[in-house]
Amino acid sequence: MEYTILILLLPFLSFILTGLLGTRLKPVAAGTFGTAVTGIVALLSYWTAFSYFGAGRNAEGIYPTMIPWNAEWLPFGGSLHIDLGILLDPISVMMLVVISTVSFMVHIYSFGYMKGERGFQRYYSFLSLFTMSMLGLVVATNIFQMYIFWELVGVSSYLLIGFYYTRKEAVAASKKAFIVTRFADLGFLVGILIYGFYTGSFSFTPDSAVIGTAKVFLPLALGLMFIGGAGKSAMFPLHIWLPDAMEGPTPVSALIHAATMVVAGVYLVARMFPLFIGYAPEVLHITAYVGAFTALYAAVVACVQSDIKRVLAFSTISQIGFMIVSLGVCTSSDPHAGGLGYMASMFHLFTHAMFKALLFLGAGCIIHAVHSNEMSAMGGLRKYMPVTHITFLTACLAIAGIWPFSGFFSKDEILAACFAFSPVMGWVMTFIAGLTAFYMFRLYYNIFWGRENRELHAEHTPHEAPLTMTIPLVFLAAVTLAAGWIPFGNFVSSDGQAYRIHIDWSVAAVSLCVAAVGIALATWMYLREDRKVADSLAVRFSGLHKAAYHRFYIDEIYQFVTHKIIFACISTPIAWFDRHVVDGFMNLLAYVTQKFSWVIRGMQSGYVQRYGIWFLGGALGLAIVLLLV
Amino acid sequence: MVHMEYYLIVSTIMMFVGIYGFLTRRNLLAMLISVELILNSVDINFVVFNRFLFPEQLEGFFFSLFAIGISAAETAVAIAIIINIYRNMRNIQVKNLNRMKW
Repeated sequence: MEYTILILLLPFLSFILTGLLGTRLKPVAAGTFGTAVTGIVALLSYWTAFSYFGAGRNAEGIYPTMIPWNAEWLPFGGSLHIDLGILLDPISVMMLVVISTVSFMVHIYSFGYMKGERGFQRYYSFLSLFTMSMLGLVVATNIFQMYIFWELVGVSSYLLIGFYYTRKEAVAASKKAFIVTRFADLGFLVGILIYGFYTGSFSFTPDSAVIGTAKVFLPLALGLMFIGGAGKSAMFPLHIWLPDAMEGPTPVSALIHAATMVVAGVYLVARMFPLFIGYAPEVLHITAYVGAFTALYAAVVACVQSDIKRVLAFSTISQIGFMIVSLGVCTSSDPHAGGLGYMASMFHLFTHAMFKALLFLGAGCIIHAVHSNEMSAMGGLRKYMPVTHITFLTACLAIAGIWPFSGFFSKDEILAACFAFSPVMGWVMTFIAGLTAFYMFRLYYNIFWGRENRELHAEHTPHEAPLTMTIPLVFLAAVTLAAGWIPFGNFVSSDGQAYRIHIDWSVAAVSLCVAAVGIALATWMYLREDRKVADSLAVRFSGLHKAAYHRFYIDEIYQFVTHKIIFACISTPIAWFDRHVVDGFMNLLAYVTQKFSWVIRGMQSGYVQRYGIWFLGGALGLAIVLLLV
Repeated sequence: MVHMEYYLIVSTIMMFVGIYGFLTRRNLLAMLISVELILNSVDINFVVFNRFLFPEQLEGFFFSLFAIGISAAETAVAIAIIINIYRNMRNIQVKNLNRMKW
């Protein structure tokens, strides 16, 4: 299966070509080229998945891990070396399919969405770069290769958030995203170094004999790696960059900040899962608590936001929280006894990528139609945009967890895993699932029903998006409808054995009821033109409403800590020391040198013959010295 | 048979005449001629030492031939430079050429 290397090389080629040719290429040509390449990559990924899973299980009943391509890149001596290669196992193959599908859809969609934008070629070039790095991340053969592509993903996210670089907010958002995730990646890097030092390799599956000596440090290393994952996956309190990242073009939000890049942290934990479960189960459970808190926090905030992309951003954070919780509640690697969460998490990652991309692309169509992100500019759009309406509703039902949409199946498995871990965790996650249903339908009603902004719509009638934008919607909606029926446990499970998904109806019934209550509540509050209930609630709980609207002032706290404490008390003195003491010493040296040179530069008269005399005198002097000595 | 010393005396005189000229002439062309005198004195030395000390070898002759060739090229370059200086400054008096400092 050496051809899998093409999955990485083709998008890289596309990045180089469209990036270097730039505006010398016609926008349509750049777009077509990028889309065609991504299409080929998607086909290759499907073929890889088909032949990988088609090859069947080995004697132990698991799909073998394959490394079809590998090169030693940087040997450090001993067993420590950094390789670059391609690793195929069930989760990486699954991720290949997810990433290339969503990326392909976004490439097609961007034709319509970015039409006529300045920098169209640059946009496609960055999209290719992102696709390449994300694919490289998931097929990494070792933790260091993963880190390299991890950073590449961060860079391309930065470039795409700041795509509209003339807008101040976009520039600020891109910087914020980069700095926050870089800060988290510091933890990741330190974790990798500790891991490499004590296990003597960067491999995902180190020698178990070596691990014995590293027992104390392995949980520390894994915990530090999780900090990196928490940064990319926007776990509390490192989530602050993701809502701001919505300043980027909407298809980018769909691809990077909803479907693929933000689940990198989940993927990292899943990749290290055998080590987590074997040597650091406590750290794994800590991630579960972090994830649960993040899911709750983001769900509450999502209930009151007015910018539709921000609602979706917080819903993404909340859903990633679900995935992390699901991984974190695993207590063994046997799916029948406490290891169900692994499969559930990957399943939810898969379904979430599809329906969240669909939601974002739908939101893109809506923004395209009304030229605003604010809910106040919308309302009653169902008449104008039937395709967007239906597909958006599909995705809302899926994320709310309604049978038979895909979200139901994956969320049900997550809840079952949570209940198996502890009933408290189970009920908390069920409650958050209810909140999810509520805020998604609040969003849905506010966009498509509810109070219509008639003045705005009369002035500029909203229209359905062009075909290039609706085709991806329809495709993703079809996937959302069908994905739940995939026998996912057959392909991915914590111990690699086939696991038959069975719906636990006691859990499913509860979650369905809670989701139905959430939807009913949202219908009651937001369906009609007047929103008496919602408005009166907002007034009665104005403190809570305001705090949630301002995201519980987390950004302000960050602002305070960075500006008032770090900048004022630490950075300013250090800067003073640098300017006055370090630079001062160098300036002194330069000053002395300059003054001295003024004294002796009279010797440089510029007259050739005077130099000649000096030369002759020197030569004679040397000759005399040589004769005498 | 003329002794080797006579040749060396001639070349030494040429050498110091050249150095003196190089240091005292006020004209770039005259300085160039002085430099050629120095070079030629060295060439004479090469030939003389070869002829008297190692008569069975030819390195000295060839080396002086090379030196003549190189000095011809060098003279061409120098004259080109001098012509350019003349075009820029309308004379080639050394005392005016003091711009090449700090």
